[in-house]
Amino acid sequence: MSLFLFKRFVTLIATLIGASIIVFLVLEILPGNAAQILMGPDASPDAVAALAAKLGLDQPAWARYWHWIDGLLTGNLGDSYAYSSPVIDLILERLALTIPLAVLAMSFTTVLALLVGVTAAARHNKLGDVGLMGLTQVGIAIPNFWFAILLILVFSVQLQWFSAGGFEGWDEGVLPGLKALLLPALSLAVVQAAILARITRSAVLEVMREDFVRTARAKGVSQRAVLWRHVLRNALIPVITVMGMQFSELLAGTIVVENVFYLPGLGRLIFQAISNRDLIVVRNCVMLLAAMVVIVNFVVDVLYAVIDPRIKASDI
Amino acid sequence: MSSISTTPSAAALTLPGFWHRAFRHRSFTIGAILTALLLIAATLSYLWTPWSPYEMDMASKLQPPSGAHWLGTDTFGRDVASQLLVGARASILVGVIAVGIGLTIGTALGLLASARRGWIEEAIMRLSDFSMAFPAILSAIMLTAVFGAGIVNAIIAIGIYNIPTFARITRASANAIWSREYVAAARACGKGQLAITLQHVLPNISAVLIVQITIRFAIAILAEAALSYLGLGTQPPQPSWGRMLSEAQTMMFQAPLLAVFPGLAIALAVMGLNLLGDGLRDLLDPRLARAR
Repeated sequence: MSLFLFKRFVTLIATLIGASIIVFLVLEILPGNAAQILMGPDASPDAVAALAAKLGLDQPAWARYWHWIDGLLTGNLGDSYAYSSPVIDLILERLALTIPLAVLAMSFTTVLALLVGVTAAARHNKLGDVGLMGLTQVGIAIPNFWFAILLILVFSVQLQWFSAGGFEGWDEGVLPGLKALLLPALSLAVVQAAILARITRSAVLEVMREDFVRTARAKGVSQRAVLWRHVLRNALIPVITVMGMQFSELLAGTIVVENVFYLPGLGRLIFQAISNRDLIVVRNCVMLLAAMVVIVNFVVDVLYAVIDPRIKASDI
Repeated sequence: MSSISTTPSAAALTLPGFWHRAFRHRSFTIGAILTALLLIAATLSYLWTPWSPYEMDMASKLQPPSGAHWLGTDTFGRDVASQLLVGARASILVGVIAVGIGLTIGTALGLLASARRGWIEEAIMRLSDFSMAFPAILSAIMLTAVFGAGIVNAIIAIGIYNIPTFARITRASANAIWSREYVAAARACGKGQLAITLQHVLPNISAVLIVQITIRFAIAILAEAALSYLGLGTQPPQPSWGRMLSEAQTMMFQAPLLAVFPGLAIALAVMGLNLLGDGLRDLLDPRLARAR
């Protein structure tokens, strides 16, 4: 197990380094003069030069890259050009919304997908299966931001059960905060749940053909117990793998959905930073999102090996 | 000695009875109809639209559906139906070019990785791992932060996002072909790697790629719509389904229907492509074909 973990950890570090190089190349090297981009095309050459010196743009690329990595590891991400405040403070403030939103959305995704997937598999080739799979087909096709708008139309405009957007903050209480995140989390969850439900159904059907399931039925174990106690546990392996991959799509989805609901999260910060041409904020936020994706995939790989010992053995 | 290939092959498209089976396949038929509607809408928009999609008529703004304006008008009095037709062009343009970028570069990299193996394969797969950390939206955000918003940058970002997927799928499918006896026979006859790749490997993985094209096309349409919604994709005055939704959101209380039609268009286009892909996957699988 330790050799397996070590190999996966090395891959994690290599992927993070690779991702950081890509971000640095695109957001630092490709623009040419980042100070010009920050100040806009009408800025005077003296002002651009002063900002370039302040940002250390006169140093060689490898030195700027190392300085940035050093800052990432020590938490010194520099100052936002638009907000004139430390980028780390901006990011931490926004993460206090984005992370709970992503966790809530993933929870909804998991519960919905397992319910729908297992139910469809239990009713394989019957009306319930066809109906649920038809619904998942619709779910996959719906853009999450359109579903968000439809939720606002129904629950905010028509029924007035929820506000159409905004977030008062966690100081108002956990329940009001969660209520503000309910519609955004649902709009993120539905599409991912539709995809995951189809994977779950396929995995459950595969496991239901196994001998141990036939044995359990022969022993008189109820269909419900067979499904939820025996089949699902074994079917979770491919499901967990897909969940890890879905997390990256979910994070990307928060960028759009936060803008639909005017939520002050990381996605909206990136969007505002682009409008303000604040490349420093964009660079660090993009790197953070990429790192979150890579780390989640690492965790999924490790979980995968914990659940299925054959994975560790074959890898070694 | 295995004599029957179990790899889906696009050669099945030319088999007699294929199209007869295809149009009896529910997913394929519905998908083909919806996809055809998308193509017809985009093509028709070049020849005719009920009204000009660019012409503003403030006196007729926010009208509900009527005989004159079949789907109503928007905040600036522009006809919604006409904008939907013209908006289909942006979706198809992005889909074709972005998938084309992913298909050509990704397939080439995948074939190279499979043919050469060793450190080349490892390097290509690690590069695709790095790229997997950047969903399409994130890549587009990076590009637009530097080069500005627009459909070109959106296409490039979505295209780059497709490359690792095609590379991985091509490599996995090609590896299975390289282990076949007829490839070993070709090698024994003195054929080089390039000749084997082009004459044996690529034709035999084409069905897998065709299915993937439909799936990635659908994802490209969704990504373009999301980017246009954020203002990072297709720019005004060119109509775009995503931007129509963004504008509709500001008028939700006055004209809620404005938010329905563009989203419905996106959903139907994506569903059509997904169903088409599902149908092709079933039809091109030789195991299912033999079972029939």
